[in-house]
Amino acid sequence: MLHLILFLIFGMVCVAGAINLLVQTHPINSALSLVVVMGALAAEFLLLGAEFVAAVQVIVYAGAVMVLFVFVIMLLNAGTEEHTNGSRVALRIGIPGMLIGSVLLAWVLLTRSGTHAVPAGALPGPPKTLGWLLFHDYLLPFEITSVLVLIAIMGAVVLTARAESPRKEN
Amino acid sequence: MLVSAVKIVLAMFVLLTAVAYTVWLERKVVGHIQNRWGPTRVGPFGLLQPLADGVKFIFKEDLTPPHVYKPLYIAAPMIALIFALTSISVIPVGNWVNVGGIQTPLQITDVNIGLLIILGVTSLGVYGVALAGWSSNSKYSLLGGLRASAQMVSYEIALGLSLVGVLILSGSFSLREIVQAQSGTYLGFIPRWNIFPQFIAFFIYLMAAYAETNRVPFDLPEAETELVAGYHTEYSSMKFAMFFMAEYANMITVACLASLLFLGGWAGPLFGPEILRDVLPLFWFGLRVFVFLFVYIWVRGTLPRFRYDQLMAFGWKFLLPLAIANLVITALIVALNS
Repeated sequence: MLHLILFLIFGMVCVAGAINLLVQTHPINSALSLVVVMGALAAEFLLLGAEFVAAVQVIVYAGAVMVLFVFVIMLLNAGTEEHTNGSRVALRIGIPGMLIGSVLLAWVLLTRSGTHAVPAGALPGPPKTLGWLLFHDYLLPFEITSVLVLIAIMGAVVLTARAESPRKEN
Repeated sequence: MLVSAVKIVLAMFVLLTAVAYTVWLERKVVGHIQNRWGPTRVGPFGLLQPLADGVKFIFKEDLTPPHVYKPLYIAAPMIALIFALTSISVIPVGNWVNVGGIQTPLQITDVNIGLLIILGVTSLGVYGVALAGWSSNSKYSLLGGLRASAQMVSYEIALGLSLVGVLILSGSFSLREIVQAQSGTYLGFIPRWNIFPQFIAFFIYLMAAYAETNRVPFDLPEAETELVAGYHTEYSSMKFAMFFMAEYANMITVACLASLLFLGGWAGPLFGPEILRDVLPLFWFGLRVFVFLFVYIWVRGTLPRFRYDQLMAFGWKFLLPLAIANLVITALIVALNS
Protein backbone atom coordinates (compact mmCIF):
# COMPACT_ATOMS: atom_id res chain seq x y z
CA MET A 1 0.00 0.00 0.00
CA LEU A 2 2.78 2.40 0.98
CA HIS A 3 4.56 1.40 -2.23
CA LEU A 4 1.54 2.36 -4.31
CA ILE A 5 1.11 5.72 -2.55
CA LEU A 6 4.80 6.54 -2.98
CA PHE A 7 4.65 5.43 -6.60
CA LEU A 8 1.72 7.77 -7.26
CA ILE A 9 3.39 10.66 -5.45
CA PHE A 10 6.61 10.32 -7.45
CA GLY A 11 4.57 9.89 -10.62
CA MET A 12 2.84 13.19 -9.91
CA VAL A 13 6.18 14.88 -9.12
CA CYS A 14 7.46 13.57 -12.44
CA VAL A 15 4.52 14.92 -14.43
CA ALA A 16 4.57 18.23 -12.53
CA GLY A 17 8.28 18.59 -13.31
CA ALA A 18 7.65 17.88 -16.98
CA ILE A 19 4.87 20.48 -17.16
CA ASN A 20 7.02 23.00 -15.30
CA LEU A 21 9.78 22.32 -17.83
CA LEU A 22 7.48 23.55 -20.61
CA VAL A 23 5.96 26.46 -18.70
CA GLN A 24 9.17 28.07 -17.38
CA THR A 25 10.62 30.79 -19.57
CA HIS A 26 14.16 30.71 -18.25
CA PRO A 27 16.33 27.87 -19.63
CA ILE A 28 17.99 27.15 -16.28
CA ASN A 29 14.61 26.66 -14.58
CA SER A 30 13.60 24.31 -17.36
CA ALA A 31 16.84 22.35 -17.02
CA LEU A 32 16.34 22.05 -13.26
CA SER A 33 12.77 20.83 -13.83
CA LEU A 34 14.24 18.13 -16.04
CA VAL A 35 16.57 17.17 -13.18
CA VAL A 36 13.49 16.79 -10.97
CA VAL A 37 11.87 14.57 -13.63
CA MET A 38 14.99 12.39 -13.77
CA GLY A 39 15.12 12.13 -9.98
CA ALA A 40 11.44 11.19 -9.76
CA LEU A 41 11.94 8.56 -12.48
CA ALA A 42 14.85 7.12 -10.50
CA ALA A 43 12.58 6.91 -7.45
CA GLU A 44 9.98 5.08 -9.56
CA PHE A 45 12.60 2.56 -10.69
CA LEU A 46 13.62 2.11 -7.08
CA LEU A 47 10.02 1.41 -6.06
CA LEU A 48 9.75 -1.18 -8.84
CA GLY A 49 12.74 -3.03 -7.40
CA ALA A 50 15.20 -2.01 -10.11
CA GLU A 51 17.68 -0.36 -7.76
CA PHE A 52 20.62 -0.61 -10.16
CA VAL A 53 18.73 1.14 -12.96
CA ALA A 54 17.64 3.79 -10.45
CA ALA A 55 21.23 4.45 -9.39
CA VAL A 56 22.43 4.60 -13.00
CA GLN A 57 19.57 6.97 -13.84
CA VAL A 58 20.73 9.36 -11.12
CA ILE A 59 24.46 9.06 -11.90
CA VAL A 60 24.19 9.33 -15.68
CA TYR A 61 21.16 11.55 -16.32
CA ALA A 62 20.73 13.71 -13.23
CA GLY A 63 24.42 13.73 -12.33
CA ALA A 64 26.24 14.00 -15.65
CA VAL A 65 24.02 14.80 -18.63
CA MET A 66 21.97 17.47 -16.87
CA VAL A 67 25.08 19.03 -15.31
CA LEU A 68 26.38 19.51 -18.85
CA PHE A 69 23.04 21.09 -19.83
CA VAL A 70 23.28 23.52 -16.91
CA PHE A 71 26.93 24.10 -17.76
CA VAL A 72 26.11 25.07 -21.35
CA ILE A 73 23.27 27.36 -20.23
CA MET A 74 25.64 29.06 -17.80
CA LEU A 75 28.38 29.34 -20.41
CA LEU A 76 26.16 30.84 -23.10
CA ASN A 77 24.38 32.97 -20.50
CA ALA A 78 21.09 32.21 -22.23
CA GLY A 79 18.37 34.77 -21.51
CA THR A 80 14.65 34.21 -21.01
CA GLU A 81 12.62 32.81 -23.87
CA GLU A 82 9.68 34.59 -25.41
CA HIS A 83 6.46 32.64 -25.57
CA THR A 84 4.53 32.69 -28.84
CA ASN A 85 0.80 32.29 -28.90
CA GLY A 86 1.24 28.67 -29.91
CA SER A 87 0.34 27.15 -33.22
CA ARG A 88 -3.28 26.61 -34.15
CA VAL A 89 -2.52 23.20 -35.66
CA ALA A 90 -1.16 21.95 -32.35
CA LEU A 91 -4.27 23.16 -30.52
CA ARG A 92 -6.83 21.71 -32.95
CA ILE A 93 -5.17 18.42 -33.86
CA GLY A 94 -2.63 17.84 -31.11
CA ILE A 95 -4.85 17.90 -28.03
CA PRO A 96 -7.69 15.75 -29.48
CA GLY A 97 -5.04 13.40 -30.90
CA MET A 98 -3.39 13.06 -27.52
CA LEU A 99 -6.72 12.41 -25.82
CA ILE A 100 -7.73 9.75 -28.36
CA GLY A 101 -4.31 8.14 -28.09
CA SER A 102 -4.38 7.88 -24.32
CA VAL A 103 -7.97 6.54 -24.32
CA LEU A 104 -6.99 3.92 -26.90
CA LEU A 105 -3.95 2.91 -24.90
CA ALA A 106 -5.97 2.62 -21.69
CA TRP A 107 -8.65 0.57 -23.51
CA VAL A 108 -6.08 -1.84 -24.95
CA LEU A 109 -4.35 -2.27 -21.59
CA LEU A 110 -7.60 -2.82 -19.71
CA THR A 111 -9.39 -5.17 -22.13
CA ARG A 112 -6.59 -7.31 -23.54
CA SER A 113 -6.31 -10.57 -21.66
CA GLY A 114 -2.90 -11.48 -20.24
CA THR A 115 -1.93 -7.92 -19.35
CA HIS A 116 -1.73 -7.40 -15.64
CA ALA A 117 0.40 -5.51 -13.19
CA VAL A 118 3.86 -6.95 -12.62
CA PRO A 119 4.71 -7.37 -8.94
CA ALA A 120 7.63 -5.29 -7.72
CA GLY A 121 10.96 -7.07 -8.14
CA ALA A 122 9.68 -9.62 -10.67
CA LEU A 123 11.67 -8.12 -13.54
CA PRO A 124 15.49 -8.39 -13.72
CA GLY A 125 16.87 -5.71 -11.40
CA PRO A 126 20.10 -6.76 -9.67
CA PRO A 127 23.32 -5.71 -11.43
CA LYS A 128 24.37 -9.34 -11.95
CA THR A 129 21.28 -10.34 -13.97
CA LEU A 130 21.38 -7.07 -15.85
CA GLY A 131 25.03 -7.58 -16.73
CA TRP A 132 24.30 -11.14 -17.86
CA LEU A 133 21.49 -9.89 -20.11
CA LEU A 134 23.62 -7.11 -21.60
CA PHE A 135 26.82 -9.05 -22.16
CA HIS A 136 25.36 -12.46 -22.97
CA ASP A 137 21.80 -12.51 -24.28
CA TYR A 138 21.86 -9.11 -25.97
CA LEU A 139 25.58 -8.77 -26.66
CA LEU A 140 25.24 -7.90 -30.37
CA PRO A 141 22.61 -5.13 -29.98
CA PHE A 142 24.60 -3.76 -27.04
CA GLU A 143 27.85 -3.60 -29.02
CA ILE A 144 26.12 -2.12 -32.07
CA THR A 145 24.58 0.59 -29.88
CA SER A 146 27.98 1.44 -28.43
CA VAL A 147 29.47 1.73 -31.94
CA LEU A 148 26.54 3.98 -32.90
CA VAL A 149 27.25 6.25 -29.93
CA LEU A 150 30.93 6.31 -30.86
CA ILE A 151 30.05 7.37 -34.42
CA ALA A 152 27.88 10.17 -33.05
CA ILE A 153 30.74 11.40 -30.84
CA MET A 154 33.21 11.32 -33.72
CA GLY A 155 30.70 13.11 -35.93
CA ALA A 156 30.37 15.87 -33.36
CA VAL A 157 34.15 16.23 -33.15
CA VAL A 158 34.49 16.37 -36.96
CA LEU A 159 31.70 18.95 -37.28
CA THR A 160 33.23 21.27 -34.70
CA ALA A 161 36.81 20.81 -35.95
CA ARG A 162 36.01 21.68 -39.57
CA ALA A 163 35.31 25.34 -38.80
CA GLU A 164 38.85 25.90 -37.58
CA SER A 165 40.86 24.01 -40.20
CA PRO A 166 41.08 26.71 -42.93
CA ARG A 167 42.57 29.16 -40.46
CA LYS A 168 45.37 26.75 -39.65
CA GLU A 169 46.39 26.40 -43.29
CA ASN A 170 46.89 30.15 -43.71
CA MET B 1 11.97 2.42 13.29
CA LEU B 2 13.09 3.89 16.62
CA VAL B 3 16.52 2.30 16.23
CA SER B 4 16.88 3.90 12.81
CA ALA B 5 15.90 7.31 14.17
CA VAL B 6 18.44 7.01 16.97
CA LYS B 7 21.11 5.97 14.49
CA ILE B 8 20.31 8.90 12.18
CA VAL B 9 20.55 11.40 15.04
CA LEU B 10 23.80 9.83 16.25
CA ALA B 11 25.33 9.75 12.76
CA MET B 12 24.39 13.39 12.11
CA PHE B 13 25.81 14.46 15.47
CA VAL B 14 29.07 12.62 14.88
CA LEU B 15 29.36 13.83 11.29
CA LEU B 16 28.73 17.50 12.11
CA THR B 17 31.13 17.35 15.06
CA ALA B 18 33.70 15.72 12.80
CA VAL B 19 33.15 18.49 10.23
CA ALA B 20 33.71 21.17 12.87
CA TYR B 21 36.85 19.51 14.23
CA THR B 22 38.27 18.79 10.77
CA VAL B 23 38.25 22.57 10.28
CA TRP B 24 40.05 22.93 13.61
CA LEU B 25 42.51 20.19 12.63
CA GLU B 26 43.17 21.85 9.30
CA ARG B 27 43.87 25.24 10.85
CA LYS B 28 46.11 23.64 13.46
CA VAL B 29 48.08 21.41 11.05
CA VAL B 30 48.47 24.03 8.33
CA GLY B 31 49.50 26.47 11.06
CA HIS B 32 52.25 24.16 12.27
CA ILE B 33 53.38 23.46 8.69
CA GLN B 34 53.75 27.22 8.20
CA ASN B 35 55.56 27.61 11.52
CA ARG B 36 52.66 29.27 13.38
CA TRP B 37 50.41 28.04 16.17
CA GLY B 38 46.96 28.05 14.57
CA PRO B 39 44.00 28.77 16.86
CA THR B 40 45.08 28.94 20.53
CA ARG B 41 42.88 31.51 22.24
CA VAL B 42 39.48 29.81 22.61
CA GLY B 43 39.75 26.92 25.07
CA PRO B 44 42.79 24.65 25.55
CA PHE B 45 44.70 24.26 22.23
CA GLY B 46 41.93 26.35 20.63
CA LEU B 47 39.61 23.35 20.93
CA LEU B 48 36.52 25.51 21.37
CA GLN B 49 37.30 27.50 18.21
CA PRO B 50 34.72 25.58 16.06
CA LEU B 51 31.99 26.51 18.57
CA ALA B 52 33.03 30.15 18.47
CA ASP B 53 33.07 30.03 14.67
CA GLY B 54 29.57 28.54 14.65
CA VAL B 55 28.22 31.27 16.94
CA LYS B 56 29.91 33.90 14.77
CA PHE B 57 28.36 32.50 11.58
CA ILE B 58 24.88 32.54 13.11
CA PHE B 59 25.13 36.14 14.35
CA LYS B 60 26.68 37.58 11.18
CA GLU B 61 24.51 39.75 9.00
CA ASP B 62 22.92 37.68 6.25
CA LEU B 63 23.39 39.84 3.17
CA THR B 64 21.54 39.13 -0.04
CA PRO B 65 23.01 41.23 -2.86
CA PRO B 66 20.32 42.98 -4.97
CA HIS B 67 21.51 41.55 -8.29
CA VAL B 68 21.12 37.84 -7.49
CA TYR B 69 18.50 35.44 -8.84
CA LYS B 70 16.87 34.82 -5.48
CA PRO B 71 15.19 31.35 -5.64
CA LEU B 72 18.35 29.59 -6.80
CA TYR B 73 20.64 31.83 -4.74
CA ILE B 74 18.88 30.61 -1.59
CA ALA B 75 18.48 27.00 -2.75
CA ALA B 76 22.10 26.48 -3.84
CA PRO B 77 23.76 26.23 -0.39
CA MET B 78 20.95 23.96 0.78
CA ILE B 79 21.44 21.64 -2.20
CA ALA B 80 25.18 21.51 -1.55
CA LEU B 81 24.79 20.71 2.15
CA ILE B 82 21.88 18.25 1.82
CA PHE B 83 23.67 16.04 -0.70
CA ALA B 84 26.92 16.27 1.24
CA LEU B 85 25.21 15.01 4.41
CA THR B 86 23.01 12.38 2.72
CA SER B 87 25.82 10.13 1.58
CA ILE B 88 26.75 9.24 5.17
CA SER B 89 23.52 7.22 5.41
CA VAL B 90 24.88 4.19 3.54
CA ILE B 91 28.40 4.21 4.99
CA PRO B 92 29.03 1.36 7.45
CA VAL B 93 31.42 2.19 10.29
CA GLY B 94 31.64 -1.21 11.96
CA ASN B 95 30.21 -4.68 12.48
CA TRP B 96 26.88 -5.59 14.01
CA VAL B 97 26.55 -4.63 17.65
CA ASN B 98 24.25 -5.75 20.44
CA VAL B 99 22.87 -2.80 22.42
CA GLY B 100 20.43 -3.76 25.17
CA GLY B 101 19.25 -6.89 23.31
CA ILE B 102 18.82 -5.18 19.94
CA GLN B 103 21.07 -6.43 17.14
CA THR B 104 21.87 -3.65 14.73
CA PRO B 105 24.56 -2.88 12.13
CA LEU B 106 26.67 0.23 12.67
CA GLN B 107 25.21 1.87 9.60
CA ILE B 108 22.00 3.82 9.04
CA THR B 109 20.82 1.58 6.24
CA ASP B 110 22.45 -1.40 4.55
CA VAL B 111 21.61 -1.34 0.85
CA ASN B 112 23.10 -3.66 -1.73
CA ILE B 113 24.05 -0.80 -4.07
CA GLY B 114 25.58 1.43 -1.37
CA LEU B 115 28.54 2.48 -3.48
CA LEU B 116 26.34 3.53 -6.40
CA ILE B 117 24.14 5.57 -4.09
CA ILE B 118 27.17 7.47 -2.80
CA LEU B 119 28.35 8.12 -6.36
CA GLY B 120 24.88 9.30 -7.37
CA VAL B 121 24.41 11.58 -4.39
CA THR B 122 27.85 13.15 -4.72
CA SER B 123 27.31 13.70 -8.44
CA LEU B 124 24.16 15.68 -7.56
CA GLY B 125 26.20 17.85 -5.21
CA VAL B 126 27.65 19.63 -8.26
CA TYR B 127 24.36 21.49 -8.66
CA GLY B 128 24.87 23.36 -5.41
CA VAL B 129 28.18 24.78 -6.60
CA ALA B 130 27.12 25.37 -10.21
CA LEU B 131 23.86 27.10 -9.29
CA ALA B 132 25.54 29.21 -6.62
CA GLY B 133 27.96 30.45 -9.26
CA TRP B 134 25.25 31.17 -11.78
CA SER B 135 22.58 32.70 -9.53
CA SER B 136 25.00 35.11 -7.83
CA ASN B 137 25.15 37.09 -11.07
CA SER B 138 28.76 38.06 -10.55
CA LYS B 139 31.70 37.30 -12.82
CA TYR B 140 33.87 35.73 -10.13
CA SER B 141 31.07 33.48 -8.98
CA LEU B 142 30.18 32.47 -12.52
CA LEU B 143 33.78 31.60 -13.36
CA GLY B 144 34.06 29.61 -10.14
CA GLY B 145 30.82 27.77 -10.84
CA LEU B 146 31.85 26.96 -14.41
CA ARG B 147 35.24 25.71 -13.30
CA ALA B 148 33.69 23.62 -10.54
CA SER B 149 31.11 21.91 -12.74
CA ALA B 150 33.59 21.16 -15.54
CA GLN B 151 36.15 19.87 -13.07
CA MET B 152 33.74 17.71 -11.10
CA VAL B 153 32.20 16.12 -14.21
CA SER B 154 35.65 15.38 -15.64
CA TYR B 155 37.14 13.86 -12.53
CA GLU B 156 34.02 11.86 -11.73
CA ILE B 157 34.84 9.60 -14.69
CA ALA B 158 38.33 8.82 -13.46
CA LEU B 159 36.99 8.38 -9.93
CA GLY B 160 34.27 5.96 -11.05
CA LEU B 161 36.65 3.93 -13.22
CA SER B 162 39.19 3.65 -10.41
CA LEU B 163 36.50 2.04 -8.24
CA VAL B 164 35.55 -0.56 -10.84
CA GLY B 165 38.76 -2.48 -10.18
CA VAL B 166 37.77 -2.82 -6.52
CA LEU B 167 34.29 -3.91 -7.56
CA ILE B 168 35.71 -6.63 -9.82
CA LEU B 169 37.87 -7.95 -6.98
CA SER B 170 35.05 -8.04 -4.42
CA GLY B 171 32.11 -8.78 -6.73
CA SER B 172 29.59 -6.58 -4.91
CA PHE B 173 28.26 -3.03 -4.70
CA SER B 174 27.49 -3.39 -1.01
CA LEU B 175 30.07 -1.53 1.08
CA ARG B 176 29.74 -4.10 3.87
CA GLU B 177 30.49 -6.99 1.51
CA ILE B 178 33.42 -5.10 -0.02
CA VAL B 179 34.91 -4.77 3.47
CA GLN B 180 34.26 -8.46 4.20
CA ALA B 181 35.98 -9.43 0.94
CA GLN B 182 39.14 -7.78 2.28
CA SER B 183 39.43 -9.96 5.39
CA GLY B 184 42.31 -12.43 5.61
CA THR B 185 45.95 -12.04 4.58
CA TYR B 186 48.31 -12.52 1.65
CA LEU B 187 51.25 -14.82 2.46
CA GLY B 188 50.17 -14.88 6.08
CA PHE B 189 51.19 -11.35 7.09
CA ILE B 190 50.05 -8.77 4.49
CA PRO B 191 46.35 -7.91 5.02
CA ARG B 192 44.15 -8.52 1.97
CA TRP B 193 43.37 -4.84 1.57
CA ASN B 194 42.51 -3.68 -1.92
CA ILE B 195 45.21 -1.03 -1.77
CA PHE B 196 47.88 -3.70 -2.46
CA PRO B 197 46.51 -5.19 -5.72
CA GLN B 198 44.86 -1.89 -6.65
CA PHE B 199 47.51 0.65 -5.71
CA ILE B 200 47.18 2.42 -9.08
CA ALA B 201 43.44 2.69 -8.54
CA PHE B 202 44.09 4.05 -5.05
CA PHE B 203 46.38 6.72 -6.47
CA ILE B 204 43.77 7.68 -9.09
CA TYR B 205 41.06 7.74 -6.43
CA LEU B 206 43.19 9.99 -4.24
CA MET B 207 43.83 12.49 -7.05
CA ALA B 208 40.24 12.47 -8.29
CA ALA B 209 38.93 12.84 -4.73
CA TYR B 210 40.96 16.02 -4.23
CA ALA B 211 39.50 17.39 -7.46
CA GLU B 212 35.95 16.30 -6.60
CA THR B 213 36.04 18.06 -3.24
CA ASN B 214 37.67 21.18 -4.75
CA ARG B 215 40.71 20.96 -2.51
CA VAL B 216 44.28 22.11 -3.04
CA PRO B 217 46.01 21.47 -5.46
CA PHE B 218 42.79 21.42 -7.48
CA ASP B 219 40.89 24.23 -5.73
CA LEU B 220 40.50 26.27 -8.93
CA PRO B 221 36.75 26.96 -8.32
CA GLU B 222 37.60 29.06 -5.28
CA ALA B 223 41.10 30.19 -6.18
CA GLU B 224 41.27 33.28 -3.98
CA THR B 225 44.17 34.91 -5.83
CA GLU B 226 42.16 35.15 -9.06
CA LEU B 227 38.46 34.70 -8.21
CA VAL B 228 38.10 36.39 -4.78
CA ALA B 229 36.32 33.30 -3.36
CA GLY B 230 34.89 31.68 -6.49
CA TYR B 231 31.34 30.41 -6.40
CA HIS B 232 30.62 31.57 -2.84
CA THR B 233 31.91 35.13 -3.28
CA GLU B 234 28.44 36.64 -2.82
CA TYR B 235 27.46 34.52 0.18
CA SER B 236 27.69 35.51 3.82
CA SER B 237 26.69 34.25 7.25
CA MET B 238 25.08 30.77 7.48
CA LYS B 239 24.70 30.45 3.71
CA PHE B 240 28.47 30.62 3.38
CA ALA B 241 28.81 28.31 6.37
CA MET B 242 26.64 25.74 4.56
CA PHE B 243 29.07 25.63 1.62
CA PHE B 244 31.92 25.37 4.07
CA MET B 245 30.27 22.50 5.94
CA ALA B 246 29.41 20.77 2.65
CA GLU B 247 33.06 20.85 1.58
CA TYR B 248 34.26 19.28 4.82
CA ALA B 249 31.41 16.74 4.91
CA ASN B 250 32.42 15.71 1.39
CA MET B 251 36.02 15.34 2.54
CA ILE B 252 34.89 13.03 5.34
CA THR B 253 32.71 10.98 2.96
CA VAL B 254 35.64 10.58 0.59
CA ALA B 255 37.89 9.55 3.48
CA CYS B 256 35.32 6.99 4.71
CA LEU B 257 34.98 5.58 1.21
CA ALA B 258 38.75 5.26 0.83
CA SER B 259 38.95 3.40 4.14
CA LEU B 260 36.13 1.05 3.16
CA LEU B 261 37.21 0.34 -0.40
CA PHE B 262 40.99 0.28 -0.19
CA LEU B 263 42.09 0.04 3.44
CA GLY B 264 40.04 -2.83 4.79
CA GLY B 265 37.28 -0.84 6.50
CA TRP B 266 37.26 -1.43 10.25
CA ALA B 267 39.66 -4.39 10.33
CA GLY B 268 42.27 -4.31 13.07
CA PRO B 269 43.53 -6.23 16.09
CA LEU B 270 40.80 -6.90 18.69
CA PHE B 271 41.71 -7.51 22.32
CA GLY B 272 40.55 -6.99 25.86
CA PRO B 273 37.08 -7.38 27.41
CA GLU B 274 33.80 -7.65 25.50
CA ILE B 275 33.00 -3.94 25.55
CA LEU B 276 36.44 -3.05 24.18
CA ARG B 277 36.01 -5.57 21.36
CA ASP B 278 32.82 -3.78 20.36
CA VAL B 279 34.42 -0.34 20.36
CA LEU B 280 37.78 -1.17 18.77
CA PRO B 281 36.49 -1.56 15.16
CA LEU B 282 35.05 1.95 15.42
CA PHE B 283 38.43 3.17 16.61
CA TRP B 284 40.30 1.48 13.73
CA PHE B 285 37.88 2.92 11.21
CA GLY B 286 38.16 6.39 12.74
CA LEU B 287 41.94 6.10 12.68
CA ARG B 288 41.95 5.41 8.92
CA VAL B 289 39.63 8.33 8.27
CA PHE B 290 41.82 10.54 10.42
CA VAL B 291 44.98 9.54 8.54
CA PHE B 292 43.27 10.18 5.21
CA LEU B 293 42.08 13.63 6.35
CA PHE B 294 45.56 14.38 7.70
CA VAL B 295 47.08 13.60 4.29
CA TYR B 296 44.46 15.89 2.72
CA ILE B 297 45.57 18.76 4.97
CA TRP B 298 49.24 17.90 4.54
CA VAL B 299 48.84 18.13 0.76
CA ARG B 300 47.11 21.47 1.16
CA GLY B 301 49.99 22.77 3.24
CA THR B 302 52.57 21.52 0.73
CA LEU B 303 51.48 21.79 -2.89
CA PRO B 304 50.78 24.90 -5.00
CA ARG B 305 47.64 25.23 -7.09
CA PHE B 306 47.46 23.87 -10.64
CA ARG B 307 46.66 26.02 -13.66
CA TYR B 308 43.22 25.28 -15.09
CA ASP B 309 44.40 23.80 -18.40
CA GLN B 310 46.91 21.66 -16.49
CA LEU B 311 44.08 20.39 -14.33
CA MET B 312 41.94 19.40 -17.29
CA ALA B 313 44.88 17.84 -19.17
CA PHE B 314 45.86 15.88 -16.05
CA GLY B 315 42.35 14.54 -15.65
CA TRP B 316 41.60 13.61 -19.25
CA LYS B 317 45.03 12.74 -20.64
CA PHE B 318 46.64 11.09 -17.67
CA LEU B 319 44.20 9.88 -15.01
CA LEU B 320 41.52 8.60 -17.40
CA PRO B 321 43.80 6.44 -19.63
CA LEU B 322 45.58 5.18 -16.51
CA ALA B 323 42.25 4.22 -14.94
CA ILE B 324 41.15 2.39 -18.10
CA ALA B 325 44.48 0.53 -18.33
CA ASN B 326 44.21 -0.47 -14.67
CA LEU B 327 40.67 -1.68 -15.25
CA VAL B 328 41.62 -3.79 -18.29
CA ILE B 329 44.59 -5.38 -16.51
CA THR B 330 42.54 -6.13 -13.38
CA ALA B 331 39.73 -7.65 -15.43
CA LEU B 332 42.23 -9.80 -17.39
CA ILE B 333 43.94 -11.12 -14.26
CA VAL B 334 40.63 -11.89 -12.54
CA ALA B 335 39.31 -13.62 -15.68
CA LEU B 336 42.49 -15.71 -16.07
CA ASN B 337 42.47 -16.73 -12.41
CA SER B 338 38.86 -17.87 -12.33
